[in-house]
Amino acid sequence: MFDFLEGYDLLGAFWVTVQLTVLSGIGSLVLGTVLAAMRVSPVPLMRAFGTVYVNVVRNIPLTVIIVFSSLGLADVFGMTLGAADDFDAKYFRLAVFGLAAYTAAFVCEAVRSGINTVPVGQAEAARAIGLSFTQVLTTVVLPQAFRSVVGPLTNVLIALTKNTTVAAAIGVAEAALLMKEMIENEAQLVLISAVFAFGFVVLTLPTGLLLGWVGKRVAVKR
Amino acid sequence: MTSVLYDAPGPRAKRRNIVYTVGFLALLALGIWWVISVMSDEGQLDWSLWKPFTEAPAWTTYLLPGLANTLKAAALAMVIALPLGAIFGIARLSDHRWVRGPASVVVEFFRAIPVLLLMLFANQLYANSGSISSDVRPLYAVVTGLVLYNASVLAEIVRAGILSLPKGQTEAAKAIGLRKGQTMTSILLPQSVTAMLPALVSQLVVIVKDTALGGAVLAFTELLNARGTLAANYANVIPSFIVVAVIYIILNLMLTTFASWLERRLRRAKKSTGAVLSADLAGAEEPVAEPGVKKDDGRAV
Repeated sequence: MFDFLEGYDLLGAFWVTVQLTVLSGIGSLVLGTVLAAMRVSPVPLMRAFGTVYVNVVRNIPLTVIIVFSSLGLADVFGMTLGAADDFDAKYFRLAVFGLAAYTAAFVCEAVRSGINTVPVGQAEAARAIGLSFTQVLTTVVLPQAFRSVVGPLTNVLIALTKNTTVAAAIGVAEAALLMKEMIENEAQLVLISAVFAFGFVVLTLPTGLLLGWVGKRVAVKR
Repeated sequence: MTSVLYDAPGPRAKRRNIVYTVGFLALLALGIWWVISVMSDEGQLDWSLWKPFTEAPAWTTYLLPGLANTLKAAALAMVIALPLGAIFGIARLSDHRWVRGPASVVVEFFRAIPVLLLMLFANQLYANSGSISSDVRPLYAVVTGLVLYNASVLAEIVRAGILSLPKGQTEAAKAIGLRKGQTMTSILLPQSVTAMLPALVSQLVVIVKDTALGGAVLAFTELLNARGTLAANYANVIPSFIVVAVIYIILNLMLTTFASWLERRLRRAKKSTGAVLSADLAGAEEPVAEPGVKKDDGRAV
């Protein structure tokens, strides 16, 4: 029944999807946290930069960003991200770059909403014992904020997992590209689609359940 | 300007903030200068590449028809997905397990799957059936994909909207002898519609952005795809991307601004007894509007 799978590297394609998700997830977490710190910082210029970044990036379709990374950054400006000769690696890295830049805007908003859940008294007490802004943020506010935004960040991560399929638009050999190829060549449309749908359910469902459980465990009881 | 994270600045903090501002400004200027120098090295700032956008043909031949297709697909998807989403949202609240169960499975299934997979599936399905001409097939495929995904998201919004109403509404309806269907259609739905309007408008942004997938993968001639033809004609890859990105930003900012205006207005009007749903509640995985109410110190409620 599943003989149509022969000759196709299904697990390999989903492995690329996982790699895309993990790498751009880490990238967007770092960039998004920096942006969130900027958006709450005492320097107006940094706040403005964070606000502009978030509002610009999340209103551009991810597809436009990914296609731009390929046609604009790589082809016109010759940006290869250290993989000039290896085409697969180049487009993979460009996809990670685009996904991280896009998702960072959503991570930033999630982290910022977490910062807002920390009671005012926490930051006031931290300031009262003489901590600087950076110390207040990194030792008192952010640790509590992260614990309360596990839920929203999980949603961002699940959306990111699904968004990695957009990398198919620039030919990264991940799940959606393989599905496109398979349904064009093989006759079993419904069965092939079901296999790929199942693959994504397998990727996103446990993530949601596991992180949902983690979120409940680490949430600060107030 | 005060925040919980820092006090109103004293003389030293003011000096320090100026230092930070100047430092960040220098960094920012350096970045912008770098981008501009790279762009001019590649000749992307030549006026000949930007000139087409000041003349009519680039707009009437490429960008406006592309934008029209983007809006058409988004509008069609929203109009079809809305009633479907309402039906599934209400079905998930049913008292009968045999209605609630399957509806939940369908909704959760389509929310777990990337839109692109749904579009690819629909495209091939229509190609196999042969009854749909290849001119309209990309549009049909894009709309089908968008409807399947967004109907399930809208179902969650509808469900959250109905659940946000006070229990007294249902109890009062029961007390005056309304049946379940009557309670839903004449008491709960009308009230929840106002509560979820902002979330519905915000979902339009997600739909508009997802239409671009059809242009990149299914040869649907929407804005991103039209940009490709335009750039092939005028050889202006970077300018065309910038113009198209600006169009998307303006379009989506208009929608988000409208959504938050609607939310503020509804909060003020207090016509409905329920809470007003903003976009980040109710199953929208990418919160589009600002979370909560914005205040001047940046703290959301």
